[in-house]
Amino acid sequence: MSTLQSFLIVSALLFGIGLTGVLTRRNAILVLLGIEFMLNAANLNFIAFWRFGPNPEALTGVMFALFAIAVAAAEAAVGLALVIAIYRHARTANLDAVEELKG
Amino acid sequence: MNTALLIFATITLAGAAAAMTLRNLIHCALAGAVAFLGLAGLFLGLGAEFVAFGQVLVYVGAVAILIVIAVLLTRPARVAGESPRVEPWLPGVGIGVLVTGALVAMVKASLVARSPEAVSSPAAPVKAIGERLMTTYVLPLEVLGLLLTAALIGAVLLALRDPGEARRP
Repeated sequence: MSTLQSFLIVSALLFGIGLTGVLTRRNAILVLLGIEFMLNAANLNFIAFWRFGPNPEALTGVMFALFAIAVAAAEAAVGLALVIAIYRHARTANLDAVEELKG
Repeated sequence: MNTALLIFATITLAGAAAAMTLRNLIHCALAGAVAFLGLAGLFLGLGAEFVAFGQVLVYVGAVAILIVIAVLLTRPARVAGESPRVEPWLPGVGIGVLVTGALVAMVKASLVARSPEAVSSPAAPVKAIGERLMTTYVLPLEVLGLLLTAALIGAVLLALRDPGEARRP
């Protein structure tokens, strides 16, 4: 098994942990944390492919990872502000308790 | 993968698993910070120093603290004896395991398995990254600055107290 492959498997496992957390946790903050794990797994893929792929001097993977980190920071700030706004309105951060828009 | 990278990978996966399974929300947030730190170690081992330090600054420094503060602000949500999971939790776990299995199987079966080991160890010096950011990627950089400003203003507006809302006792 090549080194790139082992990094890809670590990334797949991290993605799976994040996805399982997003699908099973009740608290909205931990759902956001799971989304951050999935974004980080993608970043690990970018860096691994940059390191072991052709043309590493183009720095494409590094640039993509840097921009992804910045966008994820913006997403976390807005997401947590939304959680706090929902908490103030519904007095809970549990996702199954916030069901006013449920059809 | 050498021993150091193996240790960092274990720290990352264990931290992420703990963050997604522990009951206490503060413990979850801190385990998440440990996972982000392990990931920064992996980036460092792969030769992407700038990304690793950015990861420490943004994730361990900012996002983890933000999550802890959000947990503190929504504290009474945790009632003793309440389940931390959604009630039929088995389908979620099943989907997660299925997706992970599919991803791992695809990685194992892909052409990547037969690719030769990289002989060169590429570096990403900060000077080269800065030059790229100021030339090739200058437009995305400016758009990103705009996005971060908009996100900052939006987050403040969202979390701002409504003027009509009664003050909490």
